[in-house]
Amino acid sequence: MADTTYQIKRSNNASHMIALLGVVVLVILVSAPYWAGRADMRLMAELFLYLALASLWNLMAGYAGLVSVGQQAFVGFGGYMLFALTLFAGLHPLVAIGVSGILGALISLPVALLVFRLQGAYFAIGTWVIAEVFRLSFAQISALGGGSGSSLPVGIVKSLASSRSGREALSYWLALGAALAVIAVVYFFLRSKRGLALTAIRDNETAAKSLGIDIWWNKFTVYVTTSALTAVIGSIIFLQKLRISPDAAFSVNDWTAFVIFIVVIGGIGTIEGPIIGTLIFFALRETLADLGTIYLLVLGLVAIVVMLKAPQGVWGFVRSRFNLQIFPLDRRVEQSKDD
Amino acid sequence: MDWINAIIQGTLLGGLYALFAAGLSLIFGVMRLVNIAHGDLIVLGAYLGLSTTLVLGVHPLTALLIVVPLMAAIGYVLQRGILNQTLGTDILPPLLVTFGLSVIIQNSLLEVYTADPQKMDAGVLETASLPLGDLSIGVLPLLTFIIAIVVIGGLQFIFYKTALGRAFRAVSDNQDIAQLMGLNRRHIYGLAMALALAVTAIAAILLGIRTSFDPSIGGGRLIFGFEAVIIGGLGNLWGTLVGGVILGVAQTIGANINPGWQLLSGHIVFLIILAIRPNGLFPKVN
Repeated sequence: MADTTYQIKRSNNASHMIALLGVVVLVILVSAPYWAGRADMRLMAELFLYLALASLWNLMAGYAGLVSVGQQAFVGFGGYMLFALTLFAGLHPLVAIGVSGILGALISLPVALLVFRLQGAYFAIGTWVIAEVFRLSFAQISALGGGSGSSLPVGIVKSLASSRSGREALSYWLALGAALAVIAVVYFFLRSKRGLALTAIRDNETAAKSLGIDIWWNKFTVYVTTSALTAVIGSIIFLQKLRISPDAAFSVNDWTAFVIFIVVIGGIGTIEGPIIGTLIFFALRETLADLGTIYLLVLGLVAIVVMLKAPQGVWGFVRSRFNLQIFPLDRRVEQSKDD
Repeated sequence: MDWINAIIQGTLLGGLYALFAAGLSLIFGVMRLVNIAHGDLIVLGAYLGLSTTLVLGVHPLTALLIVVPLMAAIGYVLQRGILNQTLGTDILPPLLVTFGLSVIIQNSLLEVYTADPQKMDAGVLETASLPLGDLSIGVLPLLTFIIAIVVIGGLQFIFYKTALGRAFRAVSDNQDIAQLMGLNRRHIYGLAMALALAVTAIAAILLGIRTSFDPSIGGGRLIFGFEAVIIGGLGNLWGTLVGGVILGVAQTIGANINPGWQLLSGHIVFLIILAIRPNGLFPKVN
C-alpha cells in the first residue's frame, strides 16, 4: 500500500488512439481535391470555415466568458479588407488575407476598450451595436459599392491560380488550413499557462482574481486574438463568395446565430464541442434546408432545449458517459502500478 | 429652423425609444435578465395588433385593449415556462435561450405573415398635425411622447408605491430572503415579465402606426431600447426617457446632415457616451 505512487496524466490510451485516427482523417481530407466532386468540396470548405468561426467563438464565450453576439463585425471587416487591399493596394489575395488579420487585431483594440465597459449580457448587445456601426459605415463607402456591395474582379481571382480546378483546390485547402490552424491555436492556447488562467476565470472569477490572475488583461488578449483570427476567416469566406455587400458581410444570422447554435448544441467550453456541433449543424441543414424558415425554427428550438436540459451539449454528454476526450486538456491523477 | 425642427422631431421620437427601453429596463431591474428577444417581442406585438385591426376592423389604438392583455399573458407564460429555468449566477443560459427565442419568434412571424412590410391603418391620426409657429408637430409623435411619460410615471408608481412594486424590489435585492418572507419569486418574475410585455405591446402598436414593419426589424428595435437604457443609466426609469430622447435627437440631426447617417449617428452618440460616462448619465445602481 505504501508503495503506490500517483502521477498526473493528460492523455490516456483512448486519446492516443483517437490522435492516430485523426491523422488518417486528416490525410483523407487534405487529399479531397483528388477524389471529391466540386459541390462536395465547396460544402466541406464552408463546413471548415464555420468550424473555425465556432471554435473562435467558443474560446471567447466558453472560456473567457465573453458572450459576443457581434462577431459578424470582424467577419465582415475581414471580408471588406480583402476587397479593399486587393482592389486598391494591389495586394495578392493570400497576402491580403494575412494583412486583414493584422488590421482586424488593430481595430479590435479600441472596440475592446469600449465594449469591455459593459458587463455580461450588456456586453453582448454592445458588441452587436459595434457590428451595426461597421455595417452602416461600410455601406457609406462608395468605392466599395456602398449599400449594394461589389464583386471581386476576374483578374484578382485569376491571380490565385490560372486553372479553375487549381483555384478550387486552393480555396479548399485555405479553408481546411484555416480550420486546422484555429483549432491548433485554441488547443495550444488552452494548454499554456494563459489557458490555465482562463479556465480558472471560467470556473470562478473571484477565486481566480484572488490567485493574482489579471482578469481584464486575460479577457482582452482573448478578444483581440479571436477578433484578428475571425477577420482572417472572414476574408477567406468572401474570397470564396467573390461578392460582398454590407448586409451579407455583417449578417447576424449567418455569422453569429448559426455559430452560437453550433457551439451550444455541440458543447460549450470544450474544443470538441464546436467540431461535433458543426457536423450536426450541417447534417441538419442538408436535410432540412428545403423547409426554409422551419429549419431555423427547429434550430432555435434544439438550442433552447439543449441549453435547458443538457447545458454541456452533445459532447459534454458523451464525455461524462465515456470518459473520453479527443484533445487532452484536463489533468487526471492516476495510480501507477508499476513499482 | 431645420435644426429646431429636427430637435423637436427627435425628442418626440425619443418617446417611442423610451417605450422600447422601459420593458427592457424593468426586467433587468427585477431579475437581472437581459432579453435578447425583446425586439422580436415588439415586432410580435405589432403583428398581433395588425391581426386584431384586420379581424375585428377596429382602430389600432382600440386594439390595445386586446394586445396589451394578450402580450402580458404571453410574458407570464414565457417567464414561468422557460425563462425562470435559466435564472442563476451563470449569464450564459438566459442569454442563449432568449437568443434562440428571438430566432424562433422571427421565423414564426416570417412563416405566418411573410416578409412583406406591413403597416397599421390609423386613419387621420397618421397625418394630423398641430401648428407651432412655423413648424407643425405631428399628433401621433406627440401622443407617443405623452404616452411614454404616462407609462414611465405609471411604472415608477407601481415600483415605489404599491405592494407589487415592493415585491419586485424585494426579489431584486435578495431572492432568497424575499422567498423566506413568503414571496413566490417565480410568480413575481412572471408578473414582472407580464408588465414588461404589456408596456412592449403599447410600444409595438405605436411603432406599427408610425412606420411599416417586417419580421426582421426586431434586432434594430432591441438595440435602440438597449442604447436608451445605457445612456440613461441602468435601473433609472426616467433616465431611459432621457436616453431615448438623446438617441432620437442624435438620429434626426444625423439624418438632417445626410440621410444615410441617421442610424449611424445614433450609434456613435451612444458609443461616445459609453466612452465618457460608462454608467450612463443618471446611474442608479452601482
